[in-house]
Amino acid sequence: MRYSGFRILKEALTGHKGWRPVWRSPEPKPQYDIVIVGGGGHGLATAYYLASKFGQARVAVIEKGWIGGGNVGRNTTIIRSNYLLDGNEPFYEFSLKLWEGLEQDLNYNAMVSQRGILNLIHTDAQRDAYTRRGNAMLLQGADEQYLSTDQIRREYPVLNFNDARFPLKGGLAQRRGGTVRHDAVAWGYARGADLRGVDIIQNCEVTGFRIENGICRGVETSRGFIGAGKVGVAVAGSSSRVMAQAGLRLPIESHVLQAFVSEGLKPVMPGVITFGAGHFYCSQSDKGGLVFGGDLDGYNSYAQRGNLPVVEDVAEGAMALIPGLGRVRLLRMWAGVMDMSMDGSPIIDRTPVEGLYFNGGWCYGGFKATPASGWCFAHLLATDTPHPTATAYRLDRFRKGLMIDEKGMGAQPNLH
Amino acid sequence: MRLQQGGQIDRGQKISFRFDGQYYKGHPGDTLASALLANGVRLMGRSFKYHRPRGVLAAGSEEPNALVELRTGGRQEPNTRATMVELFDGLQAMPQNAWPSLRFDALAINDRFSNFLTAGFYYKTFMWPAAFWEKLYEPIIRRAAGLGSITTQPDPDAYDKGYLHCDLLVIGAGPSGLMAALTAGRAGARVILADEDFRMGGRLNADRQSIADMAGADWAAQAVAELAQMPHVRLMPRCTVFGAFDHGIYGAVERVSDHLLTPQPGKPRQTLWRIYSKRALVCAGAIERPIAFANNDRPGIMLAGALRAYANRWAVSPAQDVAIFTNNDDGHRTAADLMALGVHVAAVIDTRPDAPPLAGTAVLAGAQVTDSAGRLGVRAVTVRLANGQSRKLAVGALGVTGGWNPNLGLTCHQRGRPVWEEGIAAFIPGAALAPGMAVAGAAMGHFSTHAALATGAEAARAALADLGHSAPAPDLPRTEDAPTRITPFWHVAGTQRAWLDFQNDVTIKDVKLAHQEGFEAVEHLKRYTTLGMATDQGKTANLGGLAVMAELTGQSIAQTGTTMFRPPYTPVALGALAGRSSGRDFRPTRLTPSHHWAREQGAVFVEAGLWLRAQYYPRAGESHWRESVDREVLATRASVGVCDVTTLGKVDVQGRDAAEFLNRIYCNGMAKLAVGRVRYGLMLREDGIVFDDGTAARLAEDHFVVTTTTANAVAVFRHMEFARQCLWPDLDVQLISTTEAWAQFALAGPKSRAVLERLVDGGVDLSNAGFPFMACAELTICNGCRARLFRISFSGELAYELAVPARYGDALIRKIMEVGAEYDITPYGTEALGVMRIEKGHAAGGELNGTTTARNLGLGRMVSTAKDSIGAVLSRREGLVAPEGLELVGLRPANPQSQIPAGAHLLAQGAALVAANDLGHVTASCYSPNLGSYIALGFVKNGAARMGETLRAASPLTGVDLEVQITSPHFYDPEGERLRA
Amino acid sequence: MIIPHPLLGPCDAQEFTYLGDASLIARPDGMAEGAADAFYDYLYLRDNPAGLHRELWYHEQGDRSWLVVTRNTLTHEIVTVELARDVARAEGRGR
Repeated sequence: MRYSGFRILKEALTGHKGWRPVWRSPEPKPQYDIVIVGGGGHGLATAYYLASKFGQARVAVIEKGWIGGGNVGRNTTIIRSNYLLDGNEPFYEFSLKLWEGLEQDLNYNAMVSQRGILNLIHTDAQRDAYTRRGNAMLLQGADEQYLSTDQIRREYPVLNFNDARFPLKGGLAQRRGGTVRHDAVAWGYARGADLRGVDIIQNCEVTGFRIENGICRGVETSRGFIGAGKVGVAVAGSSSRVMAQAGLRLPIESHVLQAFVSEGLKPVMPGVITFGAGHFYCSQSDKGGLVFGGDLDGYNSYAQRGNLPVVEDVAEGAMALIPGLGRVRLLRMWAGVMDMSMDGSPIIDRTPVEGLYFNGGWCYGGFKATPASGWCFAHLLATDTPHPTATAYRLDRFRKGLMIDEKGMGAQPNLH
Repeated sequence: MRLQQGGQIDRGQKISFRFDGQYYKGHPGDTLASALLANGVRLMGRSFKYHRPRGVLAAGSEEPNALVELRTGGRQEPNTRATMVELFDGLQAMPQNAWPSLRFDALAINDRFSNFLTAGFYYKTFMWPAAFWEKLYEPIIRRAAGLGSITTQPDPDAYDKGYLHCDLLVIGAGPSGLMAALTAGRAGARVILADEDFRMGGRLNADRQSIADMAGADWAAQAVAELAQMPHVRLMPRCTVFGAFDHGIYGAVERVSDHLLTPQPGKPRQTLWRIYSKRALVCAGAIERPIAFANNDRPGIMLAGALRAYANRWAVSPAQDVAIFTNNDDGHRTAADLMALGVHVAAVIDTRPDAPPLAGTAVLAGAQVTDSAGRLGVRAVTVRLANGQSRKLAVGALGVTGGWNPNLGLTCHQRGRPVWEEGIAAFIPGAALAPGMAVAGAAMGHFSTHAALATGAEAARAALADLGHSAPAPDLPRTEDAPTRITPFWHVAGTQRAWLDFQNDVTIKDVKLAHQEGFEAVEHLKRYTTLGMATDQGKTANLGGLAVMAELTGQSIAQTGTTMFRPPYTPVALGALAGRSSGRDFRPTRLTPSHHWAREQGAVFVEAGLWLRAQYYPRAGESHWRESVDREVLATRASVGVCDVTTLGKVDVQGRDAAEFLNRIYCNGMAKLAVGRVRYGLMLREDGIVFDDGTAARLAEDHFVVTTTTANAVAVFRHMEFARQCLWPDLDVQLISTTEAWAQFALAGPKSRAVLERLVDGGVDLSNAGFPFMACAELTICNGCRARLFRISFSGELAYELAVPARYGDALIRKIMEVGAEYDITPYGTEALGVMRIEKGHAAGGELNGTTTARNLGLGRMVSTAKDSIGAVLSRREGLVAPEGLELVGLRPANPQSQIPAGAHLLAQGAALVAANDLGHVTASCYSPNLGSYIALGFVKNGAARMGETLRAASPLTGVDLEVQITSPHFYDPEGERLRA
Repeated sequence: MIIPHPLLGPCDAQEFTYLGDASLIARPDGMAEGAADAFYDYLYLRDNPAGLHRELWYHEQGDRSWLVVTRNTLTHEIVTVELARDVARAEGRGR
């Protein structure tokens, strides 16, 4: 079924009887060519691109709970491609380009809203580092723009220009960045994949891999064995747990990241802003809630909940940057489990087990990567070669000293 | 309307307030909602999506409809629930999300198109053409978005934070909470009793049943009075416990001044309490749920328990003629209470065919309310009788009850899973509660007052027993103990819209559509329809939605499950969470020992992390910062300058194994450093990347002082402690961070020795031979002041760093200036410091950015292969030693007056501006007054082999593009003759 | 969170800085054969368990002790807390 305004009109006039499930709920088949473990954004996108761009017909996505229930359903919805390093920037720029055509491709309105993202500058050293990054982006063909304090004042009059502890000295704006309705990304990919024959199997937990002579033959699940020519794992915060079932240890720790939404407010924030002198970033949803977040809680956790100190820290950042928020109320806080890698950059690669492929280590940047991650993982699964924009995301880069460390924090995941 | 009698209000006093431009009167004890109802105002707001007229639904914090913008100016507070606003004289409130007015709202047009604006319709359209989303559709949607509006003025009020500790935290001061607090308090336990209401008592204040032969409210007041006498019990009304966090820590917000026009002098508006409890008891009561029927959202249609609360506590009824719609006995109680207060109850419409009778009104057993009428408030409801006939009742209010849900919020914050309790047709807290947490009373599903008292007392005793105290069982006061009789009934069948989530306008039709499209999982239902996502987080809505979904899927509600309640329990002001850490107090400000002196000199300051450092010292007649900086650099190089370098990290390293320890911490050798000598040290992270650099000075065989960069002072000390305690616990070495203990000044320039000689006490040979470059000593200055002297140089001049105990820092800078006057000593700031270090090619922040290796910095040979030091092994990985690596170089512009911007990228001459041609980047840049040219440092692939090459330095971001020549990074005195002079 | 410090009693976790898996105590010998592989494993690979996790916390705003905290990453429950120095010695580390 094609979605359109006319379709809504027609259904409205005929009692909405024609709407069908957005994806089927099939029983798992005994064998697929490719099984994707993880029905989150990346897994669903991978399946969609396998089916739509790489001609793979026999594909299943298996998900232990409900699709979109992981980090694609609990993030701050930001998209951008403002990366410094050659290993990252082309990939994220590819992702941003895919976002730009996503809705037409999927025939699903995920509300990709290119309202711009602004990184604020508070010190000269930060200006130098940001300038280097902005130039790197321009050299890579992305967009980036330097804004003076006066320009920022015109766009964001609500920011603290008067008595800030760390005065605002300018900013870097990526106009093509913005936000996307996060749940809709999962649903849109699920619908697109399902329409192309992908089986999306919810409530099906992987309990083990069947590995024979070093070759992965399929997955054991709570609903029985499912055979697969290739298995791709895209399970974000659960990466270590799932891959341990194949006997693999990863350069990844799971950490909890909290995010927050305020009560609905009339629009005050045109785009996304990030505070350069504290851990705080913020945008405003189309419903009016301010969506914001900050730093990791900092300790390993699988609990999907955080603690008060980070809540307070984020609120302090909010108040430091936007003094008018004092009487705005925080409505809800939640947390996701982040697959924090050792250099802050992801992994899309084969593994030492033949037929088993891994996609993870997204840290807290996984949402914006969803389309490219899906495409590149699909490329790897379908062709056994890395996509040109993802060649740096190798599993062996730590052994070889080829880290992709945007922040320069080294092998300490909670600092990335 | 205000009832003739009753109510916990002070009828003797009148207070005036304003809503929507109209002035009204109320009484102390009123809420804004009760006062508006008393004044005959039923219409208080508009819904989010369809802009339907709305009145108050509830009497507590679960209110979804009656949201107002409270106060004005910098105190304007959007989305404030009228039910939670304690009335005060001069209160001003405005309706929100309505234009041009609350009574006539233009966007109510949305309601006419509701058939097109179904759940998730926006996912299916607005896709063509692509650019129209940002340009057309989304702006329209955003124009309609949001509820209240925020002010752009800063909040004039203060917020505080505090810590509290207790044996037992009791959350909620209804019958179970009061009984629990009494039981524990009488036993001598440290108790905190917190309640979101300004009047403790919970439902006891809203009901008429008696306890111990007195009115419930009076018994509550008596209990509160007894608790107030106990010194170890802290009563916290107006205090919402909003979150249950790890290890018994609860977050709570006390609304200290929200019931006042303005806070009293010195008082905060609100206080965030972090309550550290050994045990916590959730006595949060229950929240009533409605029954959905067509047009069940009109002002005047409210929860029956709320209708009862308004009548009993505030002596208010929205109308003289009311009806009750119920599926349980509690609805009958509401009817009885209202009749007792003189309100006419037209009928009790009870869905149960076997509904009991009720004196004074007609009970319509087996009947259902099928519709309502009235544009801005309910005028009449249509009832379908058990026999199928329809009847219209003309009423100004309808009390609806579908039963009560235990108030689960806090019990889910640590992922406790509620379980379905058939007897009350509701979820109750599951067994897996947060450690130390228990639940009592209605929050646990015990709905009778007797059960609330009994379970409250019992839970308090159990908590105390857990802590090793015993509390005697109290004599429970006599009260009603009626069983709850309910026959679950969730919604009236029909084709018109029946509301589940009032604020977000989610109707049964939306749930049906979600089911039809496969959004059956509760989280999918929520996210697709927005059920439960409004400011009330679905407190009254969620279960109704789940029940409808369960009906559609043929599963039980227990199988269907429930969404997660997450913190906060009710919304919390960001100001309270931030406390005092806002504006200039966002973070502490660290001042150097010479700060006050520097301010006297008119210095301009700059942030260096938390530090404020003097950036430069402008003099009269200097109109541009460059003039000052150039002067400071030239004066220092010509004669002598002084700079406060206290911010550099300092670590005292002592012990027999101090040298061995440092030998492992630094990649270069430290073991053989002679006493009285200083060595430059390069510290790697274990991954082989440069972590930090500094100096190590050996003051004695077993005593070193090492310095770190300002930025890494904390991290380096942490790292050294890690190595000392975790890696080599038996090395005899002790560490003390002395960054704050010593004030340290750099004296630089050819005349620095002469200045120093006027400070240092006699007997010290400061000659080049006696105290050569890289010497150090402990000595005294100014007649006996303890000091440390290091002959080290960041500027490239003959230079010293002189340290004294921090308390003498201010005196020392004044003394230095005094004795240096003869040489026209010049104080210099961080800018001049930066210029001189770039002239010398020393690495600093731009080069030590956590991604560079010793090789990148041209220091590759420093990494010793003869020993095991941190980072040495992994620094030899192939990716870090590959040819074509970045190497630190100097850069000079073809035109000396052209600035080379830091952050510019370097490419071959004439190469196109694409990443494939990228050869490196500029890390630091300045104007060198000594060279009369702009200069810069940068990293270039194979830079050392490219000396003399001309490159393109491009910063398209800032519109700069120029030619630069690669030179040695050592622009000034490359042989280092000056610093050895 | 509250960390029961073996010397100081219960301390708020805010006083501490977190490092990560306590296996970081077991630093390989940099001069030994195969040090490159051993260091790769040591520095980069993690068990990252969902359950009990032995991890290093530093009492930065306290007594500067490094602690080994055994904590459940699913519930955040803390089971034991030891001085990292004692753990290191017990694991055979000395000079």
